[in-house]
Amino acid sequence: MREIRYVDALNKAIREEMIRDGNIFLIGEDIGPLGGTFGVYKDLFREFGEKRVRQTPISESAIIGTAVGAAMTGLRPIAEIMYIDFITTAMDQVINQAAKLSFMSGGNVQMPLVIRTQQGPGTREAAQHSQNLEAWFVHTPGLKVVMPSSPYDAKGLLKSSIRDNSPVIFIEHRLLYFKKGSVPEGEWLVPLGEAEVKKEGNDITVVATSLMVHQALEAAEILSKEISVEVIDPRTLVPLDIEKVIASVKKTGRILILHEAPVRGGIGAEFVRQVTEKAFDYLDSPPRVLGGLNTPIPFSPPLENACVPQVEDIVGMVKEIVKEK
Amino acid sequence: MDINRERLIGMLKTMYKIRLFEERAKKLYKAGMMAGNFLGALHSYIGQEAIAVGACSCLKKDDYVVSTHRGHGHAIAKGGDIKRILAELQGKETGYSRGRGGSMHLFDLKIGLLGGNGIVGAGLPIAIGAAFSSQYKKTSQVTVCFFGDGAATQGTFHESLNIASLWKLPVVFICENNLYAVTTPASETIATPNVGERASAYGIPGKVIDGNDVLLVSATVEEAVKRTRTGKGPTLIECRTYRWDPHCFVITETRPKEEIEEWKAKDPIPRFERKLVEEKIINQEEIERMKSEVIKEMDAAEKFAQESPLPSVETFKEEVCAK
Ligand SMILES: Cc1ncc(C[n+]2csc(CCOP(=O)(O)OP(=O)(O)O)c2C)c(N)n1
Ligand SMILES: [Mg+2]
Repeated sequence: MREIRYVDALNKAIREEMIRDGNIFLIGEDIGPLGGTFGVYKDLFREFGEKRVRQTPISESAIIGTAVGAAMTGLRPIAEIMYIDFITTAMDQVINQAAKLSFMSGGNVQMPLVIRTQQGPGTREAAQHSQNLEAWFVHTPGLKVVMPSSPYDAKGLLKSSIRDNSPVIFIEHRLLYFKKGSVPEGEWLVPLGEAEVKKEGNDITVVATSLMVHQALEAAEILSKEISVEVIDPRTLVPLDIEKVIASVKKTGRILILHEAPVRGGIGAEFVRQVTEKAFDYLDSPPRVLGGLNTPIPFSPPLENACVPQVEDIVGMVKEIVKEK
Repeated sequence: MDINRERLIGMLKTMYKIRLFEERAKKLYKAGMMAGNFLGALHSYIGQEAIAVGACSCLKKDDYVVSTHRGHGHAIAKGGDIKRILAELQGKETGYSRGRGGSMHLFDLKIGLLGGNGIVGAGLPIAIGAAFSSQYKKTSQVTVCFFGDGAATQGTFHESLNIASLWKLPVVFICENNLYAVTTPASETIATPNVGERASAYGIPGKVIDGNDVLLVSATVEEAVKRTRTGKGPTLIECRTYRWDPHCFVITETRPKEEIEEWKAKDPIPRFERKLVEEKIINQEEIERMKSEVIKEMDAAEKFAQESPLPSVETFKEEVCAK
């Protein structure tokens, strides 16, 4: 099968959807001739013109607000926020408006809106360009939250998000853009709310999102002679396919949830809650979460690396859990 | 020229410092990148030196400066220590923020430097707060807030100018309009012909000036600082300028070559230098001596940064866990 980069998979998803539906338009900063800071919109300005590829001033609140108003009145906006850190300047529009207007109108209003953004540390850009903020959005009723880890998922999930009638926060990872993966031609979707077992195993369930899926798979490979690790990628955090995770825990009896965001109040805790409620009797050891340190991300490379789980940390933690009785 | 000789020569030297610092930082950044040690986003101030230098030449040591992501020039012009700035850019323990902040986040409270910022437009409300603090404590300090044409399109610009005017805060807003925000031309983001005339909407004085003329910048800022120090409120000054380098060194250049060349010909340094030579304030020999002094300073800073240790991961983890 053909292998393409994550960034190109996203580009293809958007292009195909824009051809299919003339009401889809793009809005964001530096998305014109440059094609977005990371090139997700490469050549789309040339193909679709400025009516449908709307490059804006640095005005995040107005970007999301424009998308909200347009979505309420029949268009299907895809708003880009260059770094998830910058969405903070538009939070009223995201949290009080996009997430709530459909509900508050008693269903009169639909909000077919996608906010595409990217997150994560790893590029030495310090604390205002490196956060993992997915938990904020998971915590806000009215939003869907998508976090693709592969080019295949990126394409299939973005198409589903665009076709969805609720606001979707679509969170990419900067370090995944240039990773390749197989992406078949033709028309297909990855539905929202369907986790995927990325690797089967029997001794422990590792739930990982986004970039951490790759770290988990690497750790599983290193451990393969001694411990059989099952790796599950929820792919979407809202809606959450907890059933697949529960089924896995019933098989393995152990679970580790892995994310880059700080563990305090992170989404790991939500998995622990649900697993504890639904599969307590199957657990052979306490559910564990491995995530980022509780600190803003520092600039200096060795410090930044120390803030997020590395493959060796995962290997160590899995060994520790499997030893526990 | 009604500025004294010493100050004029100091201004020229600071312009050279910024120029040569940025060239050195760029060289080290690129060498690091080649060696696989990528150090984030580096935003060069080359081309805009006249603004930071002209403005800061009007300030006292305890006056405040609120800077941006493109902040090395502001830090140097306010009297920042080049060694510690360069060490910070290299993520070293001896840097201003002990490697925690990096290039976009330079702070030095001892000289009133309240930090760069990674969030475009975030500095304006912070400047309001600093000015409020001086007004509250009756210290007569002034805050200079630097921001770009891009930041002028954030809501924070409007909110901050309104409050500053309302409360007659001791702040001077300096918009460094370098005609672009990343790749987006200011002509496509700002609805009016310029930023400076927006001042009238808030009932404060507004100016649009040539930002490559250091004497004009300093004269304009001087007047605004005098005004605001005596309780008459803020001024908005838009300085027209141009950055010579791409937005940062991971973004490809999209601006027309001819445009870049045209602006390089308006280099603020030789322009000021020629004037000083004409007025017999400095001669060629003194200029050469000045340059070699600055180069020596850069060499020393480079050596200091290279020889400085990286922060300790163990100590860092202990600090984090203690919180
Ligand atoms: C809120 C926010 N939005 C977007 C960005 C990404 N970004 C960084 S610098 C920049 C351009 C800023 O332009 P301007 O204010 O004109 O300053 P210049 O870079 O030209 O000095 C952008 C869009 C950001 N850092 N913060
Ligand atoms: Mg600019």
